[in-house]
Amino acid sequence: MILEKIKEKFLDDVYETFEFRGDLVAVVNKDIVRELAQYLKTDPVLDFNILMDLTAVDYLWQERKPRFDVVYHLYSLSQNHRVRIKAGVDEKDLTIDSLVSIWPVADWFEREVWDMFGIKFKGHPNLKRILMYEEFKGHPLRKDYPYNKRQPLVGPQN
Amino acid sequence: MKPENQAASPGFFTSKLNDMVGWARKYSLFQYPFVTACCGMEYMSVACAHYDIDRFGAGLPRFSPRQSDVLMVVGTISHKLAPVLKQIYDQMCDPKWVVAFGVCTCTGGFYDNYATVMGIDTIIPVDVYIPGCPPRPENVLDGLMKLQEKIQRQPA
Amino acid sequence: MTTAAASQKIRRHTMMLNMGPSHPAMHGIIRIILGLDGERVESADIAIGYLHRAFEKSAEQSGYLQVIPYTDRLNYVSPLINNMGYSMAVEKLFGMKPTERCEYIRVIMSELSRISDHLTCIGASAMELGAFTAFLYMMKAREYLYQGIEMVTGARLTISYIRPGGVKADLPPEFEPHIQKAIAETRNVLKECHQLLTRNRIFVDRLKEVGVISKEDALAYGITGPFLRSTGIDYDVRKNCPYSVYDRFNFDIPVGSTGDNYDRYLCRMEEMEQSMRIVEQAFRDIPEGNLMVDTEGREIPAAMMVDLAKMGETEGFVELDVNLDPTLSGGTRQYFNSVEADEKRAVLPPKEDTYGNIEGLMQHFKLIMFGHGIQPPAGEVYQAVEGGNGELGFFVVSDGTGRPYRVRVRPPCFPIMAALPLMLKGGYLADVVATFGSVNMIGGELDR
Repeated sequence: MILEKIKEKFLDDVYETFEFRGDLVAVVNKDIVRELAQYLKTDPVLDFNILMDLTAVDYLWQERKPRFDVVYHLYSLSQNHRVRIKAGVDEKDLTIDSLVSIWPVADWFEREVWDMFGIKFKGHPNLKRILMYEEFKGHPLRKDYPYNKRQPLVGPQN
Repeated sequence: MKPENQAASPGFFTSKLNDMVGWARKYSLFQYPFVTACCGMEYMSVACAHYDIDRFGAGLPRFSPRQSDVLMVVGTISHKLAPVLKQIYDQMCDPKWVVAFGVCTCTGGFYDNYATVMGIDTIIPVDVYIPGCPPRPENVLDGLMKLQEKIQRQPA
Repeated sequence: MTTAAASQKIRRHTMMLNMGPSHPAMHGIIRIILGLDGERVESADIAIGYLHRAFEKSAEQSGYLQVIPYTDRLNYVSPLINNMGYSMAVEKLFGMKPTERCEYIRVIMSELSRISDHLTCIGASAMELGAFTAFLYMMKAREYLYQGIEMVTGARLTISYIRPGGVKADLPPEFEPHIQKAIAETRNVLKECHQLLTRNRIFVDRLKEVGVISKEDALAYGITGPFLRSTGIDYDVRKNCPYSVYDRFNFDIPVGSTGDNYDRYLCRMEEMEQSMRIVEQAFRDIPEGNLMVDTEGREIPAAMMVDLAKMGETEGFVELDVNLDPTLSGGTRQYFNSVEADEKRAVLPPKEDTYGNIEGLMQHFKLIMFGHGIQPPAGEVYQAVEGGNGELGFFVVSDGTGRPYRVRVRPPCFPIMAALPLMLKGGYLADVVATFGSVNMIGGELDR
């Protein structure tokens, strides 16, 4: 029902919808993310009022295009249902719309994704690192960042 | 304290100054708990009624580095936190000792990755290492007694 | 000069105050940069990340089973719930179901964890407000729970007990009486703490109408758990999206009305009582597995069994009980079927088989060895459980190999910390400690 409604409303911008082990997933065009979020939040039947999680996945090892997926997990308190929205972001254009104006919690989640993956969020008020320090170079959760490459502030370089 | 010297005159005993100072120091440890992570839970257990670190004269945590003489580094130190730890250590007055509480502070433990410091001894000198992830309270008390032995032997 | 003119002459400026990261009330890893007008907080900027330990990157480097110790150290106050969330996510990838008895054991253990989580939270925040006695009492109760947990898992804190497909081992026979005693002790402690705190003038004045958050703000910030419930919304994953066997128990979800610190305190106190109710019901309803040790059977030490097997003397091993060292007890065949799913792809074989025959040994090493390990089918799942602070979600992406492609944790206190400036603004500087204490910020989970 949820996926059908999304497909009806956004037609060709919804690339794929499927269900895996009971999780509903919609893969969409990254340009419609803000519009879609607004729709999902305000539509009285869907009523997704909580942004549970916002993260990204780097598909470098699978050599997939686009390289990154930004993943949104939404939950509706009144309807008690969940959906996962995925939007592909390619290396050539590492930007996607920010959802801070719709769910304020996206502020920190998006900062974390910027910190860890280097994906920029258009319209974010304060996009700076959150978990790592400003002196840190690179984005550690990218698959091409070596897992033990340290950049110490004090002490020996190891 | 050397009890064998007591015989000379009742009511007095003689001792070396070093021993005297060491004895005084080791039973009045003011610790600075630099608690960051999981080990803090065991630190709480050690400090509370069941294990009671107070029995060893180390029951009073001071949350100012200026007033404390044992820096207990409890929990993982990340590279973001390392400068803070260094600064706290520099602020402490001599004589001062450092206890590495838990395996993350000893060697980095299984967090061998871009974010964590591989042992705080790369940043500050450490006197006693207490391994364990987290160490059991008994283990912590053992480490504390080892530190006390070390303090006793130290020249004043 | 009139007073009005005089007050205009006073220059107002904002004082910047840095709190933390090394501050006793900031748990050592949070830095709040406050803008103060006198004692009033005008702005608060929160810096986190001082305990970032790269959980998500480490998980990508190790096999599915090797991730479990890392999950212990996410929310180290209630590690069993983290174990459970991760294991359920992997099970969801496989599409398998653990046995009945195992589900009950998981519920019991995660509720015990929840109690110790809330005990620590309330104890520590009461201590920060000066009520040291309550802290000592609550740690005493937590110690009884830890002893029970140690009986089952062999460790006090970081236990790695719940695994995909089951649990490490069955409950020992002396566990239930101990927990009944621990629950009675905890009830006593809670009663004492109620008497000490709930109507204590100082405590109530410090908490009431401090750090208020509205329903709308709480939802917009994605806050869950006791924090959300204190505002009057009864969202609890255990009730709304029941997992495991939570739908079989009779328990209430305490809700508050004003969303202030005092309501959060009351919610947590009541939740502990409800958790104890769940544990008691679970002990009543837990299906019988074979719990008694069979003294009839011959027992030989595991090492001797290996020696015999090396010489090919394996007759009669199939039905033999192995005398294992204490850390492996409860993982032998007589307990095995009651706590482990019938799923060879994920579950280690019973210890007799590992030591006693070549198939068991091979299966064991296939699951342990690097490059093999358990290999769920490709796909991605999100599994939510109710953690100590709210919805704890695991988003696991599998590419069909022995290593998870991506493990993402939805940390319950992350959104709360994001909303913290809202609650601090307009309050007094001293209230920062009270409000921050009620968040129950756990560094391992916040920064991962």
